[in-house]
Parts: sequence; C-alpha cells; structure tokens
Amino acid sequence: MRSVIFRAVAPFLTSLMVLFSIFVLLRGHNEPGGGFIGGLIAVSALAIYGIACGVETVRRAIYFHPMAIAGAGLFAATIAGLISVAARVPFMTGLWVYPSLFGVEVPLSTVMLFDCGVYLVVVGAISSIALSLEERGGE
Amino acid sequence: MDVAALTLLALALPFVAALVAPLLTRLLGHNAAWILALFPAAIVLHFMRFWPEVSRGETVTGGYEWIPSFNVSFSWLIDGLSLTFALLIAGIGTLIVLYSGGYLKGHPQQGRFFSFILMFMGSMLGLVVSDSFLMLFVFWELTSITSFLLIGFDHSREAARRAALQALVVTGGGGLFLLAGLLIIWNVTGVTQLSLLTSFGPEMRESPFYLAALLLVLGGAFTKSAQFPFHFWLPNAMEAPTPVSAYLHSATMVKAGVYLLMRLNPVLGGTPEWQILLPLFGGATLVIGAVLACRQTDLKLMLAYTTMASLGLLVMLTGLGFPHAIEAAALYLVAHSLFKGALFMVAGIIDHETGARDVTKLGGLRSAMPLTFVIALASALSMGGLPPFFGFLAKEEIYYALSGFDRRAMVFAALAIVGNALMFAVAFAVGLKPFIGPTVKTPKCAHEAPLLLWLGPALLAVKGLSAALLSNLTHELVSAPMATAIAGERRQVTISVVPHIGMPLVLSLATVVLGVVFYLNLARLRAFIATILADIGWGPDRGFDQFMRGLVRFSVALTRRLQSGRLDVYMTATFVLVAAVLLGAPLYYGELPRAPFFAGNVPLHELAIMAIAVIGLFAVVRAADRLTAIVSLGIQGFAVAVIFLLYGAPDLAFTQFMIETLSVVVLALVMTRLRLSPSDHRPLIQKVPDVAIALACGLGFGLMLLKVTGVPFDASLTDFFNLYSKTVAHGANVVNVIIVDFRGTDTLGEIAVVMVTGLAILSLVRLRAGSLRRIADNDPDAEDRA
Repeated sequence: MRSVIFRAVAPFLTSLMVLFSIFVLLRGHNEPGGGFIGGLIAVSALAIYGIACGVETVRRAIYFHPMAIAGAGLFAATIAGLISVAARVPFMTGLWVYPSLFGVEVPLSTVMLFDCGVYLVVVGAISSIALSLEERGGE
Repeated sequence: MDVAALTLLALALPFVAALVAPLLTRLLGHNAAWILALFPAAIVLHFMRFWPEVSRGETVTGGYEWIPSFNVSFSWLIDGLSLTFALLIAGIGTLIVLYSGGYLKGHPQQGRFFSFILMFMGSMLGLVVSDSFLMLFVFWELTSITSFLLIGFDHSREAARRAALQALVVTGGGGLFLLAGLLIIWNVTGVTQLSLLTSFGPEMRESPFYLAALLLVLGGAFTKSAQFPFHFWLPNAMEAPTPVSAYLHSATMVKAGVYLLMRLNPVLGGTPEWQILLPLFGGATLVIGAVLACRQTDLKLMLAYTTMASLGLLVMLTGLGFPHAIEAAALYLVAHSLFKGALFMVAGIIDHETGARDVTKLGGLRSAMPLTFVIALASALSMGGLPPFFGFLAKEEIYYALSGFDRRAMVFAALAIVGNALMFAVAFAVGLKPFIGPTVKTPKCAHEAPLLLWLGPALLAVKGLSAALLSNLTHELVSAPMATAIAGERRQVTISVVPHIGMPLVLSLATVVLGVVFYLNLARLRAFIATILADIGWGPDRGFDQFMRGLVRFSVALTRRLQSGRLDVYMTATFVLVAAVLLGAPLYYGELPRAPFFAGNVPLHELAIMAIAVIGLFAVVRAADRLTAIVSLGIQGFAVAVIFLLYGAPDLAFTQFMIETLSVVVLALVMTRLRLSPSDHRPLIQKVPDVAIALACGLGFGLMLLKVTGVPFDASLTDFFNLYSKTVAHGANVVNVIIVDFRGTDTLGEIAVVMVTGLAILSLVRLRAGSLRRIADNDPDAEDRA
C-alpha cells in the first residue's frame, strides 16, 4: 500500500476530505449531511492517511488523543443541551441567534453545537479504533 | 428558623462534621475531638426540645416531599421511642467522639476515623427518626456500610477485613429482607409512613401476607441485632477499635433491629406467630450469648457476647406480650446502653494503658487506676442489676413482668434468671476482677487514663446512677413515653430504686446468688464450656465461611458454563436466537406476510444495481480467502446504498457509503491484527449448520420486512415533521432536524454509546493474552488444579 504516488497524494486527499466533511457537517441542517455523515467522512480521510503514511503521522497530525476528541464532542453536545436549561426552557430545546458578521447574517444555534459534538464523537471514537488496529496490525 | 428546618439541619449535622473532621484533625491533632464533640452535643440539645410534647404522649412529625408521585417523602417521626434512641445516639456519640480523641491519639488516620464514626452517627440518627419506609431502609443500609468501614478500619489486618466483610454480608443481606418486608407492608396497607401505619394494625395482622411480611422483617431485625443463629458477626466485629465496639456494637447499631421490632410492635405484634418467634429466638440468644461470654477471657469478647445476650433479652421481652414486658424492655434498653457503653470504654482504657486485654493476665490495677476502677465497678453494679443503679430498676421490671404462674412465664423467668446470673458473673469479671487481687505485670506499665479517655465512661456511670435516683423524672421523660410508643397505647412506669418485697425481689435475689456462684467458679465454668464447644466443633462462624466458599464456587461454575470465552459460541447463540424470534413469532401467531407484489415495469438501471448486489453476495460465498470476501461484502453494501439513493433517501445512502467503506477498512485491519489464516478452514460438519443459521436469519429478516411494508403507511409523523421542521426548527433537511433537534436527547444517548463502545474496543485491542489469566484469580479451585 506504500506506493509513492499514494503517499504523495494522501495528504492532499485527506485535507480535501476533512474539508469536505466539515462542509457536509455545516450544511446538514438544510441539505443532506450532518454531524454523523461528516464524522464518517473525516474518519475515512484519517484511515486513508494512516494506510498511506503510518499511524504515527496521523497521531501527530490530529495532535489530541482520539478518545479525547470523542470526549470533547460528548461534552459539547451535553453543553448544547444544558444551555437551554440555563435559558429556562426544557433541556435540548434549540436556541438560535443571528449575529451579523461583516454585514452577513450568520445563523448560529445550540443545535449546531450539538451537531458538532456528534461529529467529534464519531471522529474520535471510530478513528481511535481504526488507528489502534492499524498500529498493532503493522507489528 | 422553624422546627422542621432545624430538625433537618440536626440530621445533616453529623455528615457536615464528618466532612470537616479530617481537616480539623490535621490542624489540631487529637484535640479536634473537643470541637467535633460539639456537633453531636448540639443535636442532643435540639432533640431535648421535643421532651415536653413527647412526655405528654404526643408524636411530632415533619419533613419534606421527596418523590410525591410515588408517595415517598423525607419525613421524620419523633415519639418516645425515637426520641430516646436519638438522645442515646447523639449523647453517647458525643462521649465516644471525645473518647476516640484520647484512644486514637497520634494515630495517622485519626481524622478518617472521626469522619467514619460521625457518618455512622448520622446514619443511625436518620434510621431511628425516619418516618417513611424508604428513608428507613436507606439509613438502615447506611449503618451497615459505615459499620463495614469502621470494623475494617485497621484494614491491613486480615482478621479485620474478614470481620468487616462478614458484618456487611450479614447485616446488608438482612437489609434486603427488610426491604422486601416493608414493600409487602406497603402493598397491604397502602401507606409508606410509619406514623400512619399504626392505625392499620388489624388489616395487617389479618392479611394473608402477614406471615411473609413478619418473617422478612424478622430477617432484617435478627441479622442486625445479632440474634442466634446470625450472631457470629458481632464478636468478630470486635476487631474494630474499642470506641467502635462501645458505640456501634453495644449502644447503638445492634439495637437497630430491636428498634425496628419495637416500632412495628403495634402493627405486627400480638399475634401467636409474634409471641412464639420473638421469645423463642430471643431466649435462645440470651442463654447462648451468656454461656459463650463466660467462656471468653478477652475483655472485649466477653462484653460482646453479653451484648448478644442482652439483645436476646430485649427481643424476648418485646415479643412476650405479658403486662409490663414492654416497660421492662424500654428500661433495660436504656440501662444497657449506659452500662455497656461505659464497660466497653473501660475495657478500652485497660487495653490502652496496660497493653493487655486478657482477664486472666490482669490484676491489682486498683492502685494504679483508681478512677477507672470506680467507673468500672459502678457500671458492673448496674449490669449486675444491683441497687441503686438503673440496671436494678430494669431487672426488677423484667422480673415483675415474668413473675406470673403459668407455664410460659415460668419457662422464660428461668431463662432470664440463668442468663442474668451469667451476665452478672461476666460483669464483675470485667468490672471488678482486673482491679483486685495481687498486681500482675502487664506489657505496659499501668497508669491512670487521661481526661479524654475517662470522661465518657465516667459520665455514663454517673448517668446510670442519677437516672435511678431520680426515677420519677426518668420515667416521665424517657421510660413512659418510650413504652407508650412501643405498646401503641398509654403506659405508665412507676418502679423506683427502693426494693419492694415480693416475687420480683425473690427472683432478683436468686439471680444474684447464682451470679456470685458463677463468678467464683468462673475458671471451672470456662473450662467446662470450652470442652462442650470443642465437642460440637462446628459453629455458624465456620458455616459462614463454608457458605461464602460455596457461593463463589457456584458462581465460578455458572460463569464457566455461560461464558465459554469462545467468540463462535457467542455468535452462534446470538444468531440462533435471532432466527428463532424472527421465524418463530410469525409462525406461532400465523402472521406470515402475503406473497410480494412486483410492479412489472422496474427500470433497467435499478435491475442492474440489484443484480450487482446479488453478484456481490455470490462473490462473498465463493471467495477463496477472507480478504476477498470482505471486499466483496463491500460491493453488496455499495449496491444497497445506490438503491437507497434511487429511492430518495440521500442521507441514508450517504451514511451507507461511508459505513461500508469504513467497515471494509476496519474488518481488513482486524483480520491482519488477529493473524487469521487467509482462508476458511471450517470442516463441512460445522459449515452446514452455520449455513442453515445464516439462511434462517436472512429468511427471517426478509419476511419481517415484507410484513412491515405490507402494513398501510401511516403518514402522520411524516406530515408533522414536514410541517414543523422548517417553521419550528429552522431546518430543511428533515432527517438531520430529527436527529439533532426533535429527537436530540436520543442522539445524545447514542453518541454516549458510541463513545463507550469505542473505549471498550480500544481496551480489547490493547488487551494482551497474558492478562486473561488474571481473571482466574477469583477461582477457589484454581489452587487445587495448579
């Protein structure tokens, strides 16, 4: 699997796929996509990178331990639910704000934070499994 | 603040004290005891405010709602019974805290000890004032847990660990019986509060579930109060430091069972079952405890067995149903707490100051420890039931209750005389013998105890004297309200310290004479009992070990049977069950789907995609090695994803694509990780059933899908989400809006599952084969095989 072409292309392919996964995540509310699908795309990107350039490279690239990423995701999703409680509406009620950035109205919501949490959990949990399997498999 | 809030505060106060105790001890050393003792002292003061109401025979209830929908509340009931208990717990608790300050002076874990004992105090206090069943049960189990911590305080010793575990298993297990009993009472009467229960006595006693409820409640009470044959944990609990023995295992915790029986006496009592079971077990415990006490030479163990005997006496009196038996039980309970607490602390002082606890190796301590001698003698006189101490009043009342002339009264009077005489002998063996006679050399040079140590027992001894001398006041504030609460009707107590000529006094004199005879021949008696016990050989203590070993053996055997540890067995079992459910249910109910109806004009490209899926499956089955099979499974999966796409489910298709890709990658990795042989080596004899199970599962799923799609589609949910997705949740993609908004809490649960699964797989991947062997450590048979 370690062909030169693959190894040369893999970083670009991976970056593109991660970028695409974020795109899919963000557009999810109105078009096909969302945190779960986005997360899966990002995991496949990392798996490709791992197969091409080795697990150590991937671990360095994502910097955090994959399980820490998953934990952060779960934390973010819970916080998204708790914000509603702080605003005195039932747990998990979607709250929206529309701040204006450079003249463009950007809709932000607790729902989006929640979806980002889902994305991170999927990325973290599955890539941690895939990476640990790859690591051992190579021995 | 109102009374309710203050009472809640008083109940929480021991736990607050437990929280600050370690810090305070680090700052002040053993002198922290002076400050920590203020907490229980404040509780005593608070509960004393209820005396006027309670002595008028009223009950005070209060509390807060907990789970109103289940009729569960955090509420308390203060009457003569619970008030006396609360005052004993907090009052003796104050003295015990001071005593532990001196006893564990300089111990590195003294702060922890304070913390445990205060936590226990809070649990016990909560237990006796609880009104609601659930609260009673929670505090009941809390006393078992804190007792476990205290017995195992010296956790580096094997004996302490075993004793702690034994106490936890016996009393905690008994707690489960109690829970079941309370649930039955709840079901029969429909109330969850003790204060409301009193009026349901007749219903309860006539209910067909009465016997079951009674036996379960007795299971809880007898284990907690160390009744024969559950008594063995109590002497073993003497592994705990002496303050614990004095507090938990004589004055308070072991009385919880007696408390429960007294509390339920108006509801469950008075029936033939009650009047047979309680005196029977109580009487047996009384005599066996007293006999075993005589056999011991260790001061603490002697006292422990007499505690057991006293608890038996209390249970017996509670169940007898004679006039004055309840009053006698109330008096004896208070008297016992005072003299036994003091005697235990004296035993602790002797141990602490001389380094010896064996009664045969002690003597002539009176000159070295005059103050301790006075305290010990006063307590022993009270325990022996001699005037002018409170124990005398209690014993006169007991004999007053037992001095009838029918056969039953005479039998129990005889039991009481023998038990009391033996306890008389033990009382003086502990409270008199170490102090008289020639001086015996002890490991440490004997000298008088410091203030912190003698203060507690001295106050208890003074209390035992003053309560008897001021008997009118004692009866008005303590004995009469307590007897009233136990009996469920107004009771008066009139006995005083002046001896009355009559039958009780004769029985009392007989007890004293017999007691003196036993005391003088204690060494011979001890040897005699030891011979008999050696002949019997087996005891419940050994039985407990055998029971525990049997339990572990059984669970190991069961686990071996159910958990073979072979993945193929688990998979086969799972899929056989799936196939059985999928095929069995429709066949059993005759609900097989109708033959599917195919529209004639399926477009060519859809047919092509379906063909690819089928070809993928054939490729899987025909594959020469595992890697090819995995990739071929991917072909089938992608084809299915395309079908989803064609039928208008882009999100589903999208996800399916990603899942298929990742599962092929992960499966391939797992294969290399596990170093499986590339091809499948199953013999034909295994392949045939596997194929059959696979086909059955596939058929079952197919039938289920046909059946499901055969049901007319209910579009109300679709309409709801289409209508509200954009307007309420601001999203056009209904699938995503459902996932993150409408059903967001579901998703939160699901991602938590994803996370936990990830962690589990990660640890499985990291598990090395060597660490599997450690699982066998719990197996008692492992040594035999090795």
